[in-house]
Amino acid sequence: MKPARFDYHRASTTLEAVALIDDLGEEAKFIAGGQSLVPMMNFRLARPSALIDIMHIGDLDSIQRDGDALVVGALTRHRTLETSTDPTLMGGFALLPTAARWIGHTPIRTRGTIGGSLMHADASAEWCMMARLFNAQLRLEGPRGRRTVAADDWFQGMFSTAADFNELLVEIRFTTPRQCGALAEFSRRHGDFATAAVAVAFDVVDDRLCNVGIVIGGVEGVPVRAGEAETLLEGASVGAVDVDGAARSAAAGVAPMESEPREAAYRRHLVDTLTRRAIHDALATGVQ
Amino acid sequence: MSESREITLTVNGERHLIVVEPRRTLADVLRIDLGLTGTHVGCEHGICGACTVLMDDEPVRACLIFGVQADGSSVRTVEGLAVKGELTDLQQAFSRHHALQCGFCTPGFLMLAEGYLATTPAPDPVAVREMASANLCRCTGYQGIVDAIVEVAEHRFRQRPI
Ligand SMILES: Cc1cc2nc3c(=O)[nH]c(=O)nc-3n(C[C@H](O)[C@H](O)[C@H](O)COP(=O)(O)OP(=O)(O)OC[C@H]3O[C@@H](n4cnc5c(N)ncnc54)[C@H](O)[C@@H]3O)c2cc1C
Ligand code: FES
Ligand code: FES
Repeated sequence: MKPARFDYHRASTTLEAVALIDDLGEEAKFIAGGQSLVPMMNFRLARPSALIDIMHIGDLDSIQRDGDALVVGALTRHRTLETSTDPTLMGGFALLPTAARWIGHTPIRTRGTIGGSLMHADASAEWCMMARLFNAQLRLEGPRGRRTVAADDWFQGMFSTAADFNELLVEIRFTTPRQCGALAEFSRRHGDFATAAVAVAFDVVDDRLCNVGIVIGGVEGVPVRAGEAETLLEGASVGAVDVDGAARSAAAGVAPMESEPREAAYRRHLVDTLTRRAIHDALATGVQ
Repeated sequence: MSESREITLTVNGERHLIVVEPRRTLADVLRIDLGLTGTHVGCEHGICGACTVLMDDEPVRACLIFGVQADGSSVRTVEGLAVKGELTDLQQAFSRHHALQCGFCTPGFLMLAEGYLATTPAPDPVAVREMASANLCRCTGYQGIVDAIVEVAEHRFRQRPI
């Protein structure tokens, strides 16, 4: 189908983008890569009155190190992150380029942006999971200035975030690097959003796991942390990780969406399997 | 403005000044405004890849970009491949390997592969299969498509200027 009519504006600075949307009101929308918004417009599931193109704001397409933190501009494309494998830049965040490869396919990744993904807030989106796993701080720029929201407070429900309509997401600051990490996903067709996904990251100090993070995507309306399973693994010695226990605990801890009969049980089963896989793969990244 | 805007597009090396409605996708700009109907439109939501073109040398879904967003960019479509009716090595390989039957998906696969080979000179068949999984073909079963791309990749690699 073809999209409904809309006005088109190009912003060249953050301030201009925010001023424009504040002026145009809630019916207007920012457009970044368009890889989520345009399909919805083509289906007429979205009918914005105006689009404000933010891709020409120059300084939001960057990946930088700030001490421990990795600071990524909101307009950085999936493809740029996928190909950013330089260990001096990505140290402790090697899982990010790996995760990018799970996003759709190359022609989607050449356009789609990390900021767009976090704003779209699909519960199985790789960047949404990574934001929780690496305790991201998301910086917003609005008409009343800037504020920062932690990833744990960002997701407010299905496709809904803490950002107001007139706030622009400008920067994602991943704060907690980890030595080991892995992402395991299942989808029925290669390149689709995952039916369920589990991401795991931890450090190994004196042969013991610490700073364990486990995030489950696609199972509840928002990406969730498997707190009990994390606690179970914290301090475990590398040679005796209770993978079984962690997987069972992760699966028992989720409250899966159920739109078809037996779907919840199925998703729980996937969480169990994917948690095992992700822990094994994460341990293997530490061996290299 | 929802009224039409003037944009500049360089398509297959030729510069065009076009007046388009903001809601017109790049795929439709190419097909309707420029008459370049080689770029096909299947699903219009990014899944099938029939509309794949190169925008500033990168493969993109032309159904998921508005013409106004593409203003100022350089686009390559399937019409830009053959020179004076002489098919490229990749097009000939597609023919030889039966990489097309109805041909609906072919322009998308050709542009996807050209974009890929330009940045990945010596891919292995597994990587080619992964890359080609971006697009859908309802006829061939993909084997011929993968074979054609792998063959051309190897040939171009051997022929590269050293
Ligand atoms: C075929 C296909 C497969 C896909 N598969 C996956 C997948 O497996 N995993 C995955 O994670 N994603 C997938 N995607 C979605 C893709 O990752 C999108 O790129 C992403 O969800 C949105 O980013 P975008 O830059 O394209 O945003 P847009 O589509 O431009 O915008 C999305 C929303 O965010 C808002 N927005 C964008 N940027 C900002 C900003 N900086 N500040 C405030 N608001 C903003 C827009 O107003 C809009 O509401 C797929 C898409 C397609 C078409
Ligand atoms: S028509 Fe563009 S991806 Fe199907
Ligand atoms: S040849 Fe018919 S869809 Fe591919």
